[in-house]
Amino acid sequence: MTAVVPQRPTGGRLIDQFEYGLDAPICLTWELTYACNLACAHCLSSSGRRDPRELSTAEAEAVIDELQRMQVFYVNVGGGEPTVRPDFWHLLDYAIGHDVGVKFSTNGVKLDRVRAEQLAATDYVDVQISLDGATAEVNDRVRGTGSYATAVRALENLAEAGMRDFKVSVVVTRENVSQLDEFRALTDRYGAQLRITRLRPSGRGADVWDELHPTQAQQRELYSWLLGNGDRVLTGDSFFHLSAYGEALPGLNLCGAGRVVCLIDPVGDVYACPFAIHETFLAGNVRSPGGFQRVWQSSELFAELRSPQTGGACTKCAHFDACRGGCMAAKFFTGLPLDGPDPECVQGYGENALAARDADLVPPRSHLDHSHTGPVRGQPTLLGMPPVPAKLCDESPLAGLELR
Amino acid sequence: MRGVLIDAPVAAPAEQVREAGAALPSGSGAAAPPPADFDPSLPWRRARSVALRPEPFGALVYHFGNRKLSFLKSRTLVAVVETLAEQPSADATLVACGVPDTQLPAYRRALADLARSQMIEERT
Repeated sequence: MTAVVPQRPTGGRLIDQFEYGLDAPICLTWELTYACNLACAHCLSSSGRRDPRELSTAEAEAVIDELQRMQVFYVNVGGGEPTVRPDFWHLLDYAIGHDVGVKFSTNGVKLDRVRAEQLAATDYVDVQISLDGATAEVNDRVRGTGSYATAVRALENLAEAGMRDFKVSVVVTRENVSQLDEFRALTDRYGAQLRITRLRPSGRGADVWDELHPTQAQQRELYSWLLGNGDRVLTGDSFFHLSAYGEALPGLNLCGAGRVVCLIDPVGDVYACPFAIHETFLAGNVRSPGGFQRVWQSSELFAELRSPQTGGACTKCAHFDACRGGCMAAKFFTGLPLDGPDPECVQGYGENALAARDADLVPPRSHLDHSHTGPVRGQPTLLGMPPVPAKLCDESPLAGLELR
Repeated sequence: MRGVLIDAPVAAPAEQVREAGAALPSGSGAAAPPPADFDPSLPWRRARSVALRPEPFGALVYHFGNRKLSFLKSRTLVAVVETLAEQPSADATLVACGVPDTQLPAYRRALADLARSQMIEERT
C-alpha cells in the first residue's frame, strides 16, 4: 500500500474535514477483554474466552496515559464483558483520574447494588446496558436464557442507586424492530435513555445476519421512527445509510473508521473501527514503539482511509452525498466491494449486489474467534441449538453427568 | 453541521458519539441549563471544566461536566476562545485577535452558542 496523503481543504463543511482525519480520535472504542459470560448469537467480536495475550493492568494504564496526552476526552469500553476483568474497576477510576471519561457497555452481570451505588457516585462515567429485546422472549433468543433478567436487574439497581442518564443499548434486528416503542417505555421506566444501533455482519454477526438484519420494509419503518423520535434516542450515528431515503438523520452521516474513531482490542491491536476486526483493517498495536499515537497518526492503512471516496459505483449515485456509500464493515463482511453499495442500501442497490456475488464467493472472516468452545449456560436458541438449562439442576440432578 | 464557525451539538452529551463522531441533538439527558445571556461587553473565559484540543480544521472543545462536544471551525475562533481570559471583554478579544468588522456579528453569534452550551463562562 502506498499512501499518498491528500491535501486537506480549508474551511467548508465539517464532514469534509473529518474525511481527512483528526490528530486524535474524537472517541475510541476499547474492548478490554474477549472474555464473556454470554455467547450472544450476533457478537461483533466473537467473544467468549479470554485471550492470554490480553493487555496487563500496567499496559492498560499506559494506554490511558497516552490517551490523556492526546486529549481523547473519553472512551467507549466494551468487550467481551469488560466487568469480568478483575482490574476493571481500578482501570475505570484510573481513566477518570486522568481526564479520560468512560462509557462502558455491559450485560449487567456484575452490576449489583454496591457497584450501582459506586457508579452513581462517580462523575464522568456512563453505563450502557445491552438488551436486544424488549421482552425476555425476544432478547433471550439472541443473547441467551436469563440475560434479560440479568439486564433488568442491573437497570433496577442503577435506578435505585440514583444513577442518571444511563443507557439501554439495543442492536436493531428483524425480531425487535417492531418493539421500538416498547423499548422506549422500558427505558423511561428506569429513567434511562434508549440507544439503538445497527446490526453488522461482523464476528458471529456474520452467521446470523441473513436471518436477523431488518428487511427493506423494516428499514423504511425504522427511518420513519427515527425521524419522529430521533431527538430523544441515541444512535451512535450508525444508521446514516438510511439518510438516502431523503432526509438526513441527525448526527454525522459519514463512515468514521480510522478518521474520527477506531478500536483498540484486548491484545492492543488497533483496528479502523469496532466492526472491522480483520487483518485488512489492522493498523498496528499499542505495544509497538510509539504506542497508540504512532498507529493513529502514521499507519498507512489509516492514511489510506483518510481520503474522500472518488471512484466506484456509489459516487455516481444521486444519493451518495446523503449516505456516503454506507458502512465499510457491512460491505466487507458480506463480500461486497468497499467502493460499492452497502448491503442494506435503501435504494436497493445492495440487494442487487448481493445477488450478483459469485456463487463460489466466501465472504472474508476474521482471523480471530474467541467464542466459547463448549456449551454455555443459557445459550441463545436462535441457531436452533438445544437450550442448555440455566442451571443443570433445573432439569435433573444427574443431567450431563457421565456415570461409569 | 450547519454552523459557519462552530458546529455545536449543544444539547447533546458527547457520549452519543460512538461509531461516527458528531452527536445528535437530544431533548433529554442532563438537566438543560438555562440559556445563558451572552453579553460581549463583559469579560469571559473558557469554562474551567472545558478542554480544548487543536485540530487541523480548528479545534474540538469538550465539557467534562455536561459531556458536550463542540467543534470550532476556524483557527481564529480557537484563538478567541483561548485568549478570552486575558481581555477585558469578549468584544476586546475579537479586536485583539484581528476579527474583521464585517465578521464581528458571526463571531458574536458563535460565542453566544458557546455560552449557551457552557463552553465559555462569564468571568467575575
